[in-house]
Order: sequence, then C-alpha cells, then structure tokens
Amino acid sequence: MRWVGRSLLSVVPVVVGVVLCVFFLIRIVPGDPAAMILGDQATQASIDALHEQLGLDLPLGTQLWNWLVGVFARGDIGTSLITSQPVAGLVWSRAGITAGLVLLAVGFTVLLAVPLALLAATHAGSWLDQLVRVVPTIGMAMPAFWVGLLLILVFGVNLHWLPVGGVGTGPGEPLRSLVLPAFTVALGMSPPLVRSLREQLLEVLDADFVVTLRAARLPRWRVNSHVLRNAAVPTVSLLGLNIAYLIGGTLVIEKVFAINGMGALLFSSISSRDFPVVQGIALVLALVVVVVSLLTEALVALLDPRIRAA
Amino acid sequence: MTGTATRTVPRPGVRWLRRALRNPTLIAGAVIMLVVLALAVFSPTPYDPFAQDLDHGLDPPSPAHWFGTDQLGRDILSRVVAATGTDLRIAVLAAVVPFVVGLAVGLVSGYAGGWLDWIVGRVVDTFVAFPFYVLVIVVVFAAGTGERGIYVAYALVGWISYARVIRAKTRSLCRQGWVEAAYGGGLSHTRVVGRHLLPNVLPQAVVLLMTEILLIMVAVVTLGYLGLGVQPPTPDWGTMISDGQLFLTTKWWVSTLPGLAVVTTGVGLSLLGDGLADVWRLR
Repeated sequence: MRWVGRSLLSVVPVVVGVVLCVFFLIRIVPGDPAAMILGDQATQASIDALHEQLGLDLPLGTQLWNWLVGVFARGDIGTSLITSQPVAGLVWSRAGITAGLVLLAVGFTVLLAVPLALLAATHAGSWLDQLVRVVPTIGMAMPAFWVGLLLILVFGVNLHWLPVGGVGTGPGEPLRSLVLPAFTVALGMSPPLVRSLREQLLEVLDADFVVTLRAARLPRWRVNSHVLRNAAVPTVSLLGLNIAYLIGGTLVIEKVFAINGMGALLFSSISSRDFPVVQGIALVLALVVVVVSLLTEALVALLDPRIRAA
Repeated sequence: MTGTATRTVPRPGVRWLRRALRNPTLIAGAVIMLVVLALAVFSPTPYDPFAQDLDHGLDPPSPAHWFGTDQLGRDILSRVVAATGTDLRIAVLAAVVPFVVGLAVGLVSGYAGGWLDWIVGRVVDTFVAFPFYVLVIVVVFAAGTGERGIYVAYALVGWISYARVIRAKTRSLCRQGWVEAAYGGGLSHTRVVGRHLLPNVLPQAVVLLMTEILLIMVAVVTLGYLGLGVQPPTPDWGTMISDGQLFLTTKWWVSTLPGLAVVTTGVGLSLLGDGLADVWRLR
C-alpha cells in the first residue's frame, strides 16, 4: 500500500510538468502563433482579433492561470479554431482506432522481440546471436514509414494478403486493416527491445536457480520456461519505458496507411494551423504515457515482490 | 630510463589507435561514413538534381538513369546524392547543441546532487513523457517548418538523452573515492568537473552522439515525409519517399530507392557508434 501511495505521489510533479510544458512550448518558441496561424495575408487587425480569441493578449500570468484552471478544474483543454468543437471531444472520437493500433502493435512487438532475445541469449556468442544483434542495427536505421511502404508493396500489392489503406468495415475487416500497420510499428519497436532484453536474459540465465535447474538435468525447454517467467518483468518494464516512442511511431504509421486516428487528426490540424488541437493532442498523449508508465510499474511490482519491498 | 619506457610502452593515444584499427565494426562504420561524407561534400551527381524532363517522367531504372526518374523527370540517383548533403548536414548541425547542453546538464546535476539534481530529474521525466515525434512535431509546428524548426526542436528537447546517461555515469563515478579525493585535495569544483569527470564521461557521450545523429537523421527524413521538414524543391530523402507513395503500386523505385540511402547512412553511423563503444570498452 505504501508503494502505491509513493508511486502516485511521484507522478504529481510530472503531470504538472507536462501541463506547464505544453503551455510554454508553444509560447517560448520564437515567433507569434497568431501570425503563423493566419499566414502571409494577415493584417494587424486580424492578428489582434486572433490574439483576443486565443487569449494571447492577456498577461502571461493570467494566460497560465486560465490554462491551469481550465485543465485541472474543468478538464477543458481548449476549443478547435476550425470546427469550434471542444478539443477533448475531437481527440476522444479518434482515440479508439489509435488505441487499437497501439495495442495490436504491443502484441506483435512482444511476439517478435521475446523469442528473438531468448534465442540470442541462449545461444550467446554463436552466429545466431551475431545475426540477432546485426539485424536490429539495420532495423534501427530504417525509417518506420519507409518499412511500411515496403510492406504495402510486398503484402498488399504483390501478394494481395492484406488491405493496405484506410480501415475497412464489415466483420473482422477493421482488425485485418490494422494488421499491417501494427506489424510495421512492431518492427520499428523491436530492435532496441531485443537488445535490452537480451542483456537482461543473459543475467537471468546466469542466476543460481538456472544453474541448479540445469544441474538437475531438466530438459532445456523447461529451463527456458522458468527463464521466460523471469523475463516477463524486464519485458513489461521495457515496454513501459518505450510506450511514448511506440505511440509517436504509431501516429506516423497512421499516415502511411491512411488510418483516420489521432495521427491523422494531428497532421490535419497542423496543415489547417489549428493550434489548440495540436496542443491538446500533445497534452493528452503525454498524460496517457504517464498513466501507462504508472500501470506498468504497478504490474512490475505485482510480478516481482522484490521491487515492492525496495 | 624514461626514453626506453616510452619506446616499449606506447602512449595511450597510440594504444587506442591500434585497438581501433583491429576493430572490424569500427572500420566498417568509418569506411561507410567516409563514403557518405564524400558524397555529401562533393555531391558527384550524374545529372542536375533540379533539372526537369517531363517527357521522361517516372522512367524505370535504366543504364542512363540507374535509379529511374521521378514524376517531374528528375534523375532520382542525382537527387539521392544531393539529399545526402542536405539531410546529413541538418542531422549533424542539429546534434551539436543537445550534445553540449546535455553533457553540461548531466555533469553538473550528477556532481552537485541535491535540489538541482531533483529539478533536472523532474524536467527530464516531463519531457520523456511526451512521445518524441509529437514533441518535435509540435515545436516544428510552432517554430515554422523546415530547417529552422528542426534546429529549434532539437535544441529544446534533444539534450534529454545525454543528460540522463551522463548524469547516471557521473553519479557512479562520484561514488568512487578519487572524485572526493580530488576535491579534498584542494581542487575547485570547476576543475574536478572539467578536468577529471569530463574526460571520463566523454567517450560515453560521443558514442551516444553517433546514435543521436542517426535518430535525428531518421527524424529529419520522417518530418520531410510528413511535409514538415525540408521543403521542396530542395532534395531530401523524406520528401522523395513521400512523392513516390502516390505511384507506389506501379512505380516502386521512386519511393524505395531513396530509403536505401537512409538505411546505408544509418548503418554506417550505428557501426561507428558500436565500434567506438567496443574500443573504449564501454560494454
């Protein structure tokens, strides 16, 4: 219980930091947001009007106060300049498809990274290990969106196995449409995960209990099953650490596969210069990352009693 | 006596060089990066990368155009080579400020500890919570697309990874007796940090720099793909891949071949970083 309280407490400064950061990020960057939103044809009068609409004409302290009160007291993260809808509602309407994509990508990442890391760790030093270590080096250098295009070429255009754009309707279709994009995200996520997981697994394989199991002449697959259970902890905590990276990658991949999720909302808001929506998406995603990190920490503590005691 | 000693025991720099020359990873990385750098600096393009030839748009790879031509009939190989200069220059320049700032922040917060360290820790936690691409995209959005936006974005958020790594390394060094001994021996804080801690964490920072240049390069290309990075008609791998996506199903070469340039450069940087880590025995 003390552990839960301490973790929740440690999140408070980060949440406050995120809310402040979103506020200042747009304001400390050189340039006037209003002039930028209106573009080249802006007149001084139209800039002033937009300043008033966005509240940018108020003193910085008042702006900050209004922003903090809005976010923390009313859960109000702004209103779209283009559609005049609340940003929270806009984000919520796109969140489902992105969340589905992220979850599927996490699943694929685990299915890819854990066996590869186990293979490399149990065959440490062999050519198999070398291969598993070289391939991620190349993988890290590949822009995820380009890999997505290659997958479209191979599985969509040449083999016709999977749909390659948008999200289909009908039974099972939405899931089928998400397979290729999720796999693309997983391919980008796996290289760093395989590397760190391999190191962690090597430590587990060196542990006394594994030596004992081997000495007891347990078959290799049964030893590995014990190792895998111990590998669950580092896998979960590594996934938690990388969740921000994974969400960012997902947004870009949405564009490659023309999926109408939060990435699409972000990019369309950027081209229409809808600054409150861009700001709101950044805020919501950062808060999601904070919550997910907290949940993975809790899960890790649940899996590994040593961490609770510490 | 000293003369004999220097002849039999080579100086540390010489020893380092010998080790480096025996490391195949480092050599491979260095060779790839030298070739890429030469392409970036001399830009030996077979055709003018801007010259349009609308009668020969979207031609497949041929002896005349090894990588084919794009929708405006421009030679793709020439544009890929010209883009090396653009993208590598941006990646390297954008990496400078984060390197210096991150190194300084990491050293100072790790050495000083206390409330300063606590604040740096919370700032780092805050930035880490943002999906990195979202953060960069928001800053580029606010600062304006193109090169300038990328530099501002990385100056603001790029130092985090160095600060984390260098802070941890500095803290572990500070726990070793010699740092306290140096300060106790009458050296100023500035001298302990600058002359004693810095040389010990620098290799780690340089290895990280290679990874960061790689990640920035991929980010620059990704921003180009999203239309937020290098603006046309300046050749950039990302915008080239994005242009080709329209014809992906029939004209595969327009998108796929520029991506190979990204992968080659990235592998070179990766190998260079891994090789340096081996030679400095950081793993």
